[in-house]
Amino acid sequence: MTDQRTPLVEMKNVSISFGGIHAVDNASVDLYPGEVVALLGHNGAGKSTLIKILSGAYKRDAGEILINGEPADINNPRDAKKYGIETIYQTLAVADNVDAAANLYLGRELRTPWGTLDDVAMEAKAREVMGRLNPNFQRFKEPVKALSGGQRQSVAIARAILFDARILIMDEPTAALGPQETAQVGELIKQLKKEGIGIFLISHDIHDVFDLADRVSVMKNGQVVGHARTQDVTKDEVLGMIILGKCPPKAIPGPGAMQVA
Amino acid sequence: MSTATIASQQDTPSLKARLLGTPSVGPLLVLVAFCIIFALTNPRFLATQNISIILQQTVIIGTLAIGQTLVILTAGIDLAVGAICVLGTIVAGKLVNLGYDPVFSMGFAILLCTGAGLAAGSLIAGLRLPPFIVTLGILGILTAALRLISEGGAFPVRDPFLAWTGNTMKVGGFVLTYGILIMLALYGFVWYLLNQTKWGRHVYAIGNNPEAARLVGIPVRRHLLSVYLLAGFIYGIAAWLALGRIPNADPNAMQTANLDSITAVVIGGTSLFGGRGGLIGTLIGALIVGVLRNGLTLAGIDPLWQDLVTGILVIIAVALDQMSRRRN
Repeated sequence: MTDQRTPLVEMKNVSISFGGIHAVDNASVDLYPGEVVALLGHNGAGKSTLIKILSGAYKRDAGEILINGEPADINNPRDAKKYGIETIYQTLAVADNVDAAANLYLGRELRTPWGTLDDVAMEAKAREVMGRLNPNFQRFKEPVKALSGGQRQSVAIARAILFDARILIMDEPTAALGPQETAQVGELIKQLKKEGIGIFLISHDIHDVFDLADRVSVMKNGQVVGHARTQDVTKDEVLGMIILGKCPPKAIPGPGAMQVA
Repeated sequence: MSTATIASQQDTPSLKARLLGTPSVGPLLVLVAFCIIFALTNPRFLATQNISIILQQTVIIGTLAIGQTLVILTAGIDLAVGAICVLGTIVAGKLVNLGYDPVFSMGFAILLCTGAGLAAGSLIAGLRLPPFIVTLGILGILTAALRLISEGGAFPVRDPFLAWTGNTMKVGGFVLTYGILIMLALYGFVWYLLNQTKWGRHVYAIGNNPEAARLVGIPVRRHLLSVYLLAGFIYGIAAWLALGRIPNADPNAMQTANLDSITAVVIGGTSLFGGRGGLIGTLIGALIVGVLRNGLTLAGIDPLWQDLVTGILVIIAVALDQMSRRRN
């Protein structure tokens, strides 16, 4: 990329292994403000693991993370949130027994001047944010486990955008959504992009994300196959990267690219 | 999901959903049913004097069950409740009998109980050992240690301050002990913590889904530690209430306290799987056990039947909890 701006996020030579298996091996990715980068790869390619290092869920064994060009010290999810990194996990990470508003504010509850929970304010704000995402959603008083998969996913997405994120990580964000809700998430991504938020979209299905992404980074067996601007490559070429590790001419190859003899 | 189903969602949940979502309604109905049955079969049951007795008999288990509720809400279990409480009675009694100031003695004993809770919490949160095993181990250690300290036997503790919680006052015909008031105050305080504060909400979140709690940035291990610490403090208060009821420190006492406190919590509708239930249910659960024992005694039924009926109630309560989990 010829862009002279400082990347919002730069993950450099990041590695992590679990019991001798290199889940992520010397991987580097970056993300600019207002950009959507799709992180693609098969199940088990290491994309979720790489991104969980950025969100603080895992601690890296090696490598560094730069936020706005400055080294960032991310050791747990709280640290990541301090840098404005919000994550929508594939598992959603919601507490089933409490309602939507309580889930949106879990860990960052609003409080009254007396120090008690301000459920009224939290519900009002929840209605506002959920209204943006899923205008039909009305079940604010019920525990989240009573909600449909799509509604639960809306709750997880709302929680991520509630706190003025600068960096948004979405791990398979539309996995549980129907076509209409998926379209809504697509609209939301475009809107957040305009606000200058950088977004990592993780997916194992290229069709979900190709049209939304500015760039793709492809992983295979824990390594980065390569990076490419979506305008420079076709879906078939990206599929070749995902399946074979074969880098097309206009992509920048990474350590995991198939060596052409 | 189709638009039709979205549009048909109601803002307010149905009555049935609300009843299912309020776990203390079922136990309350059970409590009322028992009271009606006992009142019909024995007119003495509803005498104010008898009601006072029921409350007094409920004080120790009722107080221990507060700590047990906190632990079970985090999906843990505490098998050392009785042993920690006995630790409190023995240490306070021993110190007073050695001539130490009674307030200091009781305060020190409560502090030790809090420390025992802290030790359990450190092993559970710090080393990630299962609560069942940790508290079972503490039960064994304390039981042996307390018999060694007290040289095997029980000893009388005669001190007006330690016995103060057993003193009575009359409120509109009811004879209440200060112990009952302390228990109710503790219920009020911990209810407030659980329902009105961030701390309480995080207790539920951790019991419900510890990984989600961690990912949203809740310091899960530190929070678990605070839960066991508070539980230990409550067991220490229960030790004071126990000395008010029986001015005797007995290393062999409270052997059924573990099961009884778990019974109160479970009958009260708190899920053994964590994250669901609450203190109002536990108070009702403790009263159910108290009413049952008292009513059956008044009816002249062999005490063995009390344990049998309590056992059946626990199993029914757990079965209902399991069924409502599967429903979702």
